[in-house]
Amino acid sequence: MAEAHKLEILRGLIKFKSNTSKIWGVLILLTIITLVEVVLGIYKPEALKAKLLGMKALNWIFIILTIVKAYYITWDFMHMRDETASLRRMVVWTAVFLICYLVFILLQEGGYIQRIYESGFIKRDF
Amino acid sequence: MDTTAVSTDTEGKTWGGGNKPLGASYGKLMMWFFIVSDALTFSGFLVAYGFSRFKFIDSWPIADEVFTHVPFFHGNYPMIYVAFMTFVLIMSSVTMVLAVDAGHHMKKNKVIWYMFLTIIGGAIFVGSQAWEWATFIKGDYSAVQTNGGNIIQFGEYVDVDGEQKFKRVAVADFTIASASERIRHESENGIWYSDEKALPEFTVDDVVKGLQANSNIVARTQIINAEGEKTVMSRAESIDMIKNNGKQVVSGANLVINEYGTNLFADFFFFITGFHGFHVFSGVVINIIIFFNVILGTYERRGSYEMVEKVGLYWHFVDLVWVFVFTFFYLV
Repeated sequence: MAEAHKLEILRGLIKFKSNTSKIWGVLILLTIITLVEVVLGIYKPEALKAKLLGMKALNWIFIILTIVKAYYITWDFMHMRDETASLRRMVVWTAVFLICYLVFILLQEGGYIQRIYESGFIKRDF
Repeated sequence: MDTTAVSTDTEGKTWGGGNKPLGASYGKLMMWFFIVSDALTFSGFLVAYGFSRFKFIDSWPIADEVFTHVPFFHGNYPMIYVAFMTFVLIMSSVTMVLAVDAGHHMKKNKVIWYMFLTIIGGAIFVGSQAWEWATFIKGDYSAVQTNGGNIIQFGEYVDVDGEQKFKRVAVADFTIASASERIRHESENGIWYSDEKALPEFTVDDVVKGLQANSNIVARTQIINAEGEKTVMSRAESIDMIKNNGKQVVSGANLVINEYGTNLFADFFFFITGFHGFHVFSGVVINIIIFFNVILGTYERRGSYEMVEKVGLYWHFVDLVWVFVFTFFYLV
């Protein structure tokens, strides 16, 4: 079964000799990403507090890094890389589609309620 | 997937999984179905958290000010402990995937060792989470809750490298409890079904007196200003706010009160990290069962360690969820 593993990550940029060394390679990658997140989370550089598409640039970085981590956990630890394309799509597209929908609707509504509060239709400060 | 194929009597029957739809065995496919549905459950919870947070986007607690403790160390270390927890969980995911890999090569002893390390990692994580909860529930500085449900916290300006910085001060450090005639009502002293929670150590009046007596103490609201910090009030505003709006002194957090900010923050924290912690706990239990099965040689006789692979999938999923919880509770 070891022969069946796909041993390339980062689109073939890094190719590992065995499945075990690939696992350690992915661990190093995930650790680096987590360290970057933690350092950014502690120091919060001023330059990254600028708004980008309605949210702080720093928050976008965190979310993108999280999705990158999720990708490597699913693809290499859960062996999604070695599954058939149809199984991969069945799992990933279903979740991604529904989650995008949920996130859009609920955050939109939350923001709407916040604007109602802000314009003083409901008194909170007493 | 030759070496992972399970030879059971369902072989050849379509709905028994014999002909392996999508090239995965029945058990693995079902585990993926479960993971997708559980992922959607967690998404629902996290998005509900996002909804409430967007509702109070201008007054949400700042995580770096809430989770600042590390066991056995005093002082202010935001992020450090939770980063450690994240690393422990990723590490136990690695030992799990190494156990799966050893299983593919039918190396029983290696599977046993890696499973053992995975269980230890999971136990460390659950223990850390329990400690994190205990610290959060116990609280730090206490605060005053207003009639409108807002949280007012206290602090003073201190000189840090020639710059005036706001530093939190605990309510107990400037307030002296007055003698009170109010006694906690317990069920044995009256109607058996009626009692009340422990009374707060200080009354709002005590806090007002403490504020008036200590000219260095100011209060801050939860409103986040343009610099991304909580708005600090002047002395006069602070005293007025507590005097006119103060309802009770709150210490720590539970499902009803929360000294760190809006109640919803504590509610979602308990619910989502609790649900995740429960997943980790059940993962550890399942891992232990599989661990003993490996020792007993069940999978050696079966000729395949696919069961290790299936619990591995669940274990990695728990790690995957934590990656998102970590981002949305501690980073963003």
